[in-house]
Amino acid sequence: MKPKYLSIPYIVWMGIFVVAPIIFVVFYAFTTSEGVPTLQNFAAMGRFTSVFVRSFWLALISTVLCILIGYPVAYILSREGLRLQRLMIMLIVLPMWMNFLLRTYAWMSILENTGLLNRFLSFIGLPTVNIINTPTAVVIGMVYNFLPFMILPIYSVIVKIDRSLFEAAQDLGANTVSVFRNVVFPMSLPGVLSGIMMVFVPAVSTFVITQLLGGGMVMMLGDLIEMQFLGTAYNPQLGSAIALVMMLIVIAFMYVVNRFGQGEEKAVGA
Amino acid sequence: MKRVMIVIIVFSLLLPTVLTGCGQRVGSNGVVNVHNWGEYIDESIFRIFERETGIRVNYSTFETNEALYALMRRGGANIDVIIPSDYMIARMIEEDMLEELDFSNIPNFELIDPRYKGLAYDPDNRFSVAYMTGTVGIIYNSSFITDDITSWNALFDERYAGQILMFDNPRDAFGITLKYLGYSLNTVNEDEIHEAFDLLVRQKPILQAYVMDQIFDKLEGGEAWIGPYYAGDFLAMLENNPDLRFARPTEGTNFFVDAMCIPKDAANKTNAEVFINFMTRTDIAMMNMAYIFYASANQEAAAMFAAEISAEEYAVMFASSEVIANSEVYSHLPRHILELYDRLWVELKR
Repeated sequence: MKPKYLSIPYIVWMGIFVVAPIIFVVFYAFTTSEGVPTLQNFAAMGRFTSVFVRSFWLALISTVLCILIGYPVAYILSREGLRLQRLMIMLIVLPMWMNFLLRTYAWMSILENTGLLNRFLSFIGLPTVNIINTPTAVVIGMVYNFLPFMILPIYSVIVKIDRSLFEAAQDLGANTVSVFRNVVFPMSLPGVLSGIMMVFVPAVSTFVITQLLGGGMVMMLGDLIEMQFLGTAYNPQLGSAIALVMMLIVIAFMYVVNRFGQGEEKAVGA
Repeated sequence: MKRVMIVIIVFSLLLPTVLTGCGQRVGSNGVVNVHNWGEYIDESIFRIFERETGIRVNYSTFETNEALYALMRRGGANIDVIIPSDYMIARMIEEDMLEELDFSNIPNFELIDPRYKGLAYDPDNRFSVAYMTGTVGIIYNSSFITDDITSWNALFDERYAGQILMFDNPRDAFGITLKYLGYSLNTVNEDEIHEAFDLLVRQKPILQAYVMDQIFDKLEGGEAWIGPYYAGDFLAMLENNPDLRFARPTEGTNFFVDAMCIPKDAANKTNAEVFINFMTRTDIAMMNMAYIFYASANQEAAAMFAAEISAEEYAVMFASSEVIANSEVYSHLPRHILELYDRLWVELKR
């Protein structure tokens, strides 16, 4: 039996950095600036419907794209030699050593109308594209920034699957496609699920990307919440209320996704 | 070239102190925690200050007045000197967030241009010492725009569709739109603010983007043609793209003063005053001006700087008394107006 006291630092850490902030958010969300209990902060929420819809929609698109790009990468990677795997993982993680803002700023100079991409396109005689300051640019920025968080969990799950299972399936007459569909994919689902969580949640609350790549033309939830804390009116109560509603929707979404995932795993087990 | 000249002049001003070499050990007289706008000081002055006084400088930066305000409201930030703008100083005085200064520790206050003393945000000048001043204007690329720009109208001109940048914060965006309409940028008349909002909604389709500091890259690189920003930053951009021009619209604009203040209950108040006094000195003001190209409030330094740059550049950097008379300083607006700004801003970006 492991000694319980080893978990004390972890519990303290979680208390200070996870539980306490949530308590603050809930407290602020249900009070006025004088600390009087109120539901006022939620009454205004309808005004922000379009921002909520847009944020969840763009986050969903980004998550799907991350799966479509990240899953094959993780799968192919897991079948390579160990040395190449290490190198590739290193290359995937490498950009994350650079500041998030800098990376997004770099995308600005790639996607701009006079940017690298368009200069290249006109150099080889193709028509230029207008991507910067559109939602497309925001999605590109999110996919780029969050893709490693999709690849890594899927990879680490697939790479641990016992190879003999594949062989067993093949011995039982399964071809490559059905080995993948009936063995690899169901067993890799936990990785996909945690990938979804690690991409979707930060994508919903992202800001800065909208400002740099989206040209500030539309707001996402992250911008809206930031504005309540750092904007002209300084309204942390409203900001907390928005954050709380966002968290509840995210939790509901994750619950559905997890139920779906568990259903799949059970189906495999049966 | 002008930077070289400035360095030489500043060095000759500093020479006496360097030669007498009052070598205080850094930190022997405690610390001062300075919180300033990003890129708004020549950081090499800290070494000079530390050598002269033995007080160590802990330096950090903020991005907007509102971020500074939020930081101070949260408390526990441990700051001794802040440099907010006019309207934010008014708000902080109103909410009792600033310490009264002991001007016997700030003898250099007498070097400050009298035009920047006792302004509306601090009428008796008890809480602040002006640091830098400037105006907002239109910056445009003369290789794309050959017309003479004289009015805010240019930011709403469909001929420049897709090439126009706009402030990405409600106060400045509404401020210049109100000015364009002939209203005060401090108006509390909600009809006037709604009128400005309608104009902003009509402007949005012809905008390229709402930006803050991204405007540097976009104007310097020719990605956009025109946008509003601060006079001092125009001179920094001009060094990278000589085709850029600056225009002060005839309808009037925003004139701003950023001033040094001490937050309530600052731990090192005396050191903070020593630092403010140091910042106000002429040689230090010269160094800071040469670095950021905003107009120092130090009258002597302002006069000396005229020899360093062209007359046109000087006119951009230092607003004349006529320009100041035609401009408005932001004042702290009542809460319901600020909330209206935020509400309309969200609507604009729906």
